[in-house]
Amino acid sequence: MNKNILLCGVGGQGTVLASKLIASAAMRSNEIVHSAETIGMAQRGGSVTSHVRIGANASSPLIPYGSADFILAFEPAEAVRNLNYLKKDGIVIVNSVPVKPVTESLRSTGYDGTEMIEYLRKKCKTVIVVNAEEICREIGSTKIFNVAILGVAIGTGKMGLSKENIISEIETRVKESFREINLRAFEKGEQIGAKYEIK
Amino acid sequence: MNKEYVMGNSAIALGALAAGVNLVSGYPGTPSSEIIETIQKYRKDEVYLEWSVNEKAALEVAAGAAYAGARTMVTMKQVGLNVASDPLMSLAYVGVKGGMVIVSADDPGPISSQTEQDTRLFAEFAGIPVFDPTSPEEAYQMIQDAFDYSEKYNTPVLFRPTTRVCHAYASVEFDDNFHAKKYDGFVKDSKKWVIFPRLSYNNHINMVKRNALIGDDFSEYIMNTVEGSGKKAVFASGVSYAYAKEYLQGREDVTLVKIATPHPFPEKLVLPVLENCSEVLCFEELSPYVEKQIQRIAGVHNLSVKVFGKTTGNGKLAGENSADYAAELISEFLNEKLPDKFDISDMPDLPVRPPVLCAGCPHRASFYAVKKAMEGRKTYFCGDIGCYTLGNAAPLDMTDTCLCMGAGITMAQGFNHIDRDAVAFSFTGDSTFFASGITGVVNAVYNQADMILCILDNSTTAMTGHQPHPGTGRTMMGDIVEKIDITKVLEGIGLKKIITVNPFDQTKAIEAVRECADIPGVKAIIFKAPCIALFKPAERAYISEKCVQCKKCIKEIGCPAIIITDGKVAVDNALCTGCGLCSQVCPVKAIGGV
Repeated sequence: MNKNILLCGVGGQGTVLASKLIASAAMRSNEIVHSAETIGMAQRGGSVTSHVRIGANASSPLIPYGSADFILAFEPAEAVRNLNYLKKDGIVIVNSVPVKPVTESLRSTGYDGTEMIEYLRKKCKTVIVVNAEEICREIGSTKIFNVAILGVAIGTGKMGLSKENIISEIETRVKESFREINLRAFEKGEQIGAKYEIK
Repeated sequence: MNKEYVMGNSAIALGALAAGVNLVSGYPGTPSSEIIETIQKYRKDEVYLEWSVNEKAALEVAAGAAYAGARTMVTMKQVGLNVASDPLMSLAYVGVKGGMVIVSADDPGPISSQTEQDTRLFAEFAGIPVFDPTSPEEAYQMIQDAFDYSEKYNTPVLFRPTTRVCHAYASVEFDDNFHAKKYDGFVKDSKKWVIFPRLSYNNHINMVKRNALIGDDFSEYIMNTVEGSGKKAVFASGVSYAYAKEYLQGREDVTLVKIATPHPFPEKLVLPVLENCSEVLCFEELSPYVEKQIQRIAGVHNLSVKVFGKTTGNGKLAGENSADYAAELISEFLNEKLPDKFDISDMPDLPVRPPVLCAGCPHRASFYAVKKAMEGRKTYFCGDIGCYTLGNAAPLDMTDTCLCMGAGITMAQGFNHIDRDAVAFSFTGDSTFFASGITGVVNAVYNQADMILCILDNSTTAMTGHQPHPGTGRTMMGDIVEKIDITKVLEGIGLKKIITVNPFDQTKAIEAVRECADIPGVKAIIFKAPCIALFKPAERAYISEKCVQCKKCIKEIGCPAIIITDGKVAVDNALCTGCGLCSQVCPVKAIGGV
């Protein structure tokens, strides 16, 4: 299997854990995995990306433009920022709830994410829009969206990763007190993803 | 053997342990910090590990142990090598007995650094070998080789991964059945270990002759490779090799040369390649190092080969390379057409996201107190390296200068000596104070400067991932030791006015700043409150109906947890930590809950 998955968002949204879950789940099926992440100063509220590359075809830790099978975007503008990584027929899963930068509160430009979602719909073959606030409210935690979006991706059936391996990884990597809630978030995401029929 | 999905820095640490390293020291710095953290996780009791007070101390600690035959590793980021350059340059002349590897992580971009300096040039400058891994898997093996070469030639060696190797993850197979090396111990010999002009003269000659031999040895080193064939050759080093390989995968018609040891250059390996090709493209980050070596060899051997790279405009002058940039450059070099890209030239304007101080960060409150206290007065705000460099951003705008570790304290003195009418401030974190702040304070007291030293003490090294330091009382060996008390250090230096204050108590904090501003000499204010990532209070702020939408909270402190929703000021519950700064700023007392 060869798959390129790009996760993007804003520092503090939990993209790193999500990419670790994908990578280690793939390793459970004896796949070769490479990834690269943003660490350091940019983590403080800046744009962050994780490139996850599964399979022997990947030489570099960074995905070349036009090669991502999936973009998992934790924030609408970040999906657009990274769109040139997407394959022509790649899938975008995007959270519709924007993270407004401090500069936006200081000098309003009216950014609310809707323009970004419209642009994604115009450009891409498959865009799955999910509302993180609604999911988090239903599950009862603000910190589970990273696992929920992973559920959506698995639910589409196009990730090439087994659900069981992801669940095993959640069970290994997430602290016991948060495990149950994360598993519920994953299943909720999976149900959403399963509704989409992707050709 | 074990196989895990690990970060490049972890692969380096595991490789060093597999090589039987006895002592590891270093100072935190992105992208190098996780090497020592991994050693801590996997080390056995026989391995000594420390976060040193700074890079110079780390290198000297390791040198002592290496004189005694122990295998040692020192870790730092590239600018840390500047701090350690004094012992490094001399050590290159004296040499070592046990293998000694100095890991200096470069940061093309730069992503989290002040400079885009190139450690390969430092190796050439110091006259010692340097290893340049292309991936985490390779780094694991290469650092073990680095120890062997170091011992074979009795010289310290540099190992320079870059951010995309340090922070890349890969499935790495490693040996977890490792043991620290047995060593003989130090043999006294002042003619060998005490550096004197005569010794330096002799050893200088030996180094030059030896480096030629190492170049020959490196020409046979398995990590330096030549793949494919053809009249056109791409030379790459470090992660740029991985990017080039991504484009040239499965191609036999192009020669791809990987330079794993840039210094001493593997000339004997490269010469036959150059003799057989007509055009060369050098693809590398930071300096055109490989390119200049190729130009030199082509010149010395009078070869008719065209050399392209940064010096001919075929490469970036600054910033990092990528798989796409490799495709762009190499396709042009080979006269090939790239497939069409996703056209996003019509994308909407994207919000800019400069990094900001976290919601609830005590530095915001410290800066705000100084700002309020000094309203209407002429000031100099000399910042330093750490999270608090972010105090430069609007609306705080409280950092006028930032140069390098510790420079805030000494630069404030310079401003003071040429402008006595202004109030000169320095802002220094607790870890930075211990790393390179103390000598600056001694300088200020001795040379009669008037300044206010603000220590932003959040009880950790926050920016690089919360490493302990002398003020935390925790060591990397797991011991709890007496904390070094910043107040006592300052008293010992002779400061007469030292105030410790909680920055979230704005009234007291502002008072402290005003009091210090009118006293001559060196005064210190220790703003003490823990990093918000270490300690999260349970309360959240809320905006009551008393809010008059004046937005003073937003305009004054720029906290990411205060947002505008449907045109109204609101609190983002996912971000708010209940620090209470906003409620003290609000003119109508409309912010509650804290």
